[in-house]
Amino acid sequence: MTDLQLMTLDVNGEEHEVVAESRRTLVDVLRHDLRLTGTHVGCEHGICGACTVLVDDRPVRACLMFAAQAEGTRIRTVESLSQGTGECELSDLQRAFSEHHGLQCGFCTPGFLMLAEGFLAERPDASKEEIREVVAANLCRCTGYQTIVEAIDDCAAARRRAGKEN
Amino acid sequence: MKPAPFRYHRARSTEDATRLLAELGADAKVIAGGQSLVAMMNYRLARPAHLVDIGGLRALDHLHRDADGGLHIGALTTHHTVETAPPGVLEPGFGVLRRAMRWIGHLPIRTRGTVGGSLAHADATAEWCLLAVALGAELVAEGPHGRRRIRAEDFFFGYYTTALDPGELLVEAVFPRPAPHAALTEFAERHGDFAIVAAAIDLDAEDGSVRGGRVALGGVAPATVRVPEAEAVLAGGGTFAECAAAAADASDPPGDANGSPEYRRHLIRTLVRRACEEAMSP
Repeated sequence: MTDLQLMTLDVNGEEHEVVAESRRTLVDVLRHDLRLTGTHVGCEHGICGACTVLVDDRPVRACLMFAAQAEGTRIRTVESLSQGTGECELSDLQRAFSEHHGLQCGFCTPGFLMLAEGFLAERPDASKEEIREVVAANLCRCTGYQTIVEAIDDCAAARRRAGKEN
Repeated sequence: MKPAPFRYHRARSTEDATRLLAELGADAKVIAGGQSLVAMMNYRLARPAHLVDIGGLRALDHLHRDADGGLHIGALTTHHTVETAPPGVLEPGFGVLRRAMRWIGHLPIRTRGTVGGSLAHADATAEWCLLAVALGAELVAEGPHGRRRIRAEDFFFGYYTTALDPGELLVEAVFPRPAPHAALTEFAERHGDFAIVAAAIDLDAEDGSVRGGRVALGGVAPATVRVPEAEAVLAGGGTFAECAAAAADASDPPGDANGSPEYRRHLIRTLVRRACEEAMSP
């Protein structure tokens, strides 16, 4: 039984028409059908968080959602972060990860970036403790988390400073 | 892994959903947030032939107080919506719900997972199942023959089994009275994991003195349960420690890789007492 769905997905501000099996999860459609391979897929049962993307600005596990369920939502993947920042291609959050060595092998990084992006948008004043609590959602086997927490905290502080100056 | 093939149906209304469920029969499953179901499908522990997606039924996404002070939570309300609800909606009286949300998985699970999905999935350690039983919630089911209300303590039958008929959809949870002295606590090896044992308490107290209360436990039986023996201790003026001991004595928890029956009884004693104390702290 093959149940094909025609779906329209809004990914990073662009509309895509996709024909895919209804059993395709959002992460598989992003990677295989839209060739947006920045989003990684790890455990496929909602534990590791490598596939985290934003759906209507909120971080979600793209392996725990069928693509068909995402119709009518706004999806953002890690590819969206560096857009519109001119010559310096990385976003402030990505630069903070780089500066603080918040990654080693990098497999988990897209998930952590989107988790942090969604969380900071909702809680720009988050304390370091709250950041520590939130990043427990995702697994990183290299860094020990300390540098990830510092990167997110530093990025949040810089954004707050920039907000005050404006 | 990847899930087995299925046919996808998008419900346009609750009537549409119940009609689809009646039509498709036992091989159909409802999907809301999917945070338990999709994981089980990826593992192929669940292989429904049909999925009825109710995610678009915005009428089921609501959270409001009624004139009597009760709280109505639509089935599609996410844990995150409860966690971030404006103070006037939950407080006073239902702050316990906001505080309990942090026990549910992690942020990206709470943004998708729904109250109704959690209740209908009926994992015995699920926070919403415990809250519903402890706070005396009524669960509203809609089927081909209209709506009916089921008391939470009559709703959970056993492992992932509820009083819902195959053609029925859970549409709302109603918490009829405020619970200013209530708490939920649990123990898991890692934060965000399924609890090994979870306890929820709703105390009937005034001016610091306890007149009685309701005690609910998860992880000690196939379904979330009330513990009348422990409630009798509270009604009889016993201490929290005596209440906790009665709960442990009255339980016959299973032993598995997560803990022996003795270990679980130890957790019951600790957690019931902790929840009682937390319920009375301002």
